[in-house]
Amino acid sequence: MANPRPDQKNEPWKDPGAQPYVRLEKLTKKFGDFVAVDDVSLNIYRGEIFCLLGGSGSGKTTLLRMMAGFERPTEGRIWIDGTDVTGTPPYERPVNMMFQSYALFPHMNVQKNVAFGLRQDKVSAGEIDERVMDILKLVRMESFVKRMPHQLSGGQRQRIALARALIKRPKLLLLDEPLAALDKKLREHTQFELLNIQDKLGVTFVVVTHDQEEAMTLASRIGVMNHGEIVQIGTPTDIYEYPGSRFVADFIGSVNLFEGRIVEDEPDYVRVTSDELGGSFHVGHGVSAAPDAIVWVALRPEKILLSRERPDGDGDNRVEGVVAEVAYRGDQSIFLVKLASGRQMRVTMPNTLRQGDGDRFRWDDRVWLSWDSSSPVVVTQ
Amino acid sequence: MQGGGPRGKPFLLGELLAWIRAHGPWRWASAELSARGYSGRTLVTAVPYLWLLLFFLVPFLIVLKISVSEIRLAMPPYEPLFTWISDNVVGLRINFENYAFLLKDSLYWKSFLNSISTAAISTVICLLIGYPMAYGIARSPAGWRNLLLLLVMLPFWTSFLLRVYAWIGILKNNGVINNVLMALGIVDEPIVMLQTNFAMYIGIVYSYLPFMVLPLYTAVEKLDNSLLEAAADLGCRPVKAFFRITVPLTKAGIIAGCMLVFIPAVGEFVIPALLGGPDALMIGRVLWEEFFNNRDWPVASAVAIVMLFVLVIPIMIYQRSQGQQLGAHR
Repeated sequence: MANPRPDQKNEPWKDPGAQPYVRLEKLTKKFGDFVAVDDVSLNIYRGEIFCLLGGSGSGKTTLLRMMAGFERPTEGRIWIDGTDVTGTPPYERPVNMMFQSYALFPHMNVQKNVAFGLRQDKVSAGEIDERVMDILKLVRMESFVKRMPHQLSGGQRQRIALARALIKRPKLLLLDEPLAALDKKLREHTQFELLNIQDKLGVTFVVVTHDQEEAMTLASRIGVMNHGEIVQIGTPTDIYEYPGSRFVADFIGSVNLFEGRIVEDEPDYVRVTSDELGGSFHVGHGVSAAPDAIVWVALRPEKILLSRERPDGDGDNRVEGVVAEVAYRGDQSIFLVKLASGRQMRVTMPNTLRQGDGDRFRWDDRVWLSWDSSSPVVVTQ
Repeated sequence: MQGGGPRGKPFLLGELLAWIRAHGPWRWASAELSARGYSGRTLVTAVPYLWLLLFFLVPFLIVLKISVSEIRLAMPPYEPLFTWISDNVVGLRINFENYAFLLKDSLYWKSFLNSISTAAISTVICLLIGYPMAYGIARSPAGWRNLLLLLVMLPFWTSFLLRVYAWIGILKNNGVINNVLMALGIVDEPIVMLQTNFAMYIGIVYSYLPFMVLPLYTAVEKLDNSLLEAAADLGCRPVKAFFRITVPLTKAGIIAGCMLVFIPAVGEFVIPALLGGPDALMIGRVLWEEFFNNRDWPVASAVAIVMLFVLVIPIMIYQRSQGQQLGAHR
């Protein structure tokens, strides 16, 4: 809903002739012996919201700080809008950043904080006032001009930090965990506001986050980082539905991962046997892997159906088990089903009916799990 | 044994301790106090007030009393404030001559002005040297900071007087500096440094620099580095960011450091006497001469009282800015 429509106009990365707006070329950053960012190359296009997603210590913030100019890359080059800015100090880059801590100047009121960037550029006082009011209206904080930062709530500070970063009309806005300090409701609300503002101003956003939901909501593309490397780049759908590795499958959402071996290898399908899953299974996409190689089958919990009776049809892609745990979450229920091999499968079902109608599954019920052959993904690493 | 039977020794001991806990002096005192409407908190806060009352207010009142009495050749060398005129009439004599004398004789206000300007110049020099030091220490790797702070405080481990005498050894005509300069052939005759204003400033700045560095360090160390990054990100060059972000946000440290240097430097006696020239008229020296050479306790007390009020004004300014700081960060 919130993501840009998948038409050609919004997918410049698919156009080989498109010029990237930000180009990172073999960037490496070492702190002593520790490699924070390891040989990252990345193209970001004009108007994108690119999310760098990763756990703590994955190097995502270091990568962002190199784009802002706070860290000098040990190796590699950074190009912004066709200019090599690798050695350019932060105060000369056409880039603004919104800090995780917001970094509002505590001795200046809202007006002075927001105007700070324009003051550095010798803009006339009249124009400064006008532009400050415009940007404060955009973030709906125009009635707070005289407040000091310590008189604002977390959400209000976040808006002021955003306004301050946007006032110089940067072509590229870097956001470091922009919503991490907000509570869940406010965070969801602000996500859509950020999208709205980005749409209005046409700024290119690079967002660092550890929150996969945030990345899924905001991003045109996501770069998943691990140990200083980008392990996969793709649209939120790509990343979720076609993870390229066990790490990505496991990091984004929850997943059931099973070790297996390819026994039939055809261009449009493969058959995988898995002792953990107890049988052989039909996967509806081709895999480039050596025959008999060890692979992993990733199966999302919401793509599995539970039933009391054995489902009709041919014998593929179904397995029997016993319900070991039930967790009621309101919008959905989570079931842990123990298979004959001892492995547990995680299954989620939306609660389309009110609970208590007797047909739900309970502890120790024998159930059948089944899934469509297009649902599982086979990953080789 | 099950935690001490009724006839066992542990029982007796435990009982005794319990009794002391229940009826001991602490419990008794706190019960008595709370019965009169005082809590333990009152007791604790009473300690500094008592200290100030005994060791500041009482001596201040004594000095104030002496300053409005008259000199006499006796022991103590001043007239009593109260005298028995007859059996049941007490006479009170207050004498403002001493204060009038301070105004009449230019020696006093000149030495006041000289002390204040010397202290002010020393404070500025301390700030100019101390700020980069404090900044450098606060921005050095975390492991180094404690060592560097220790080095700043290290001179306190030797006596203040010894350190001033060491400067005499360095600055005198056949001292370390002049010997080196003459040995290298840079100068033929020793440069006269001792007993000049130059030597006095060196002594004051050297002695009071740690008092400037420590509060500045605390202020700079607390400064969030992301604020400077934010300033740079918004197009502010480092030097400008220092004056627009770092200085305003370390103002409390700057004021504290300046007060800690300025206030004792105004009353400084030892350094001007040992390192300064004969024309270095400092109020501390005048005070010394009035007390010990002229034995004019009333005039000396009047000088002390005036000096106190000269110093109270900057302290009050400091207090007010501290109050504002507290208000701003609440």
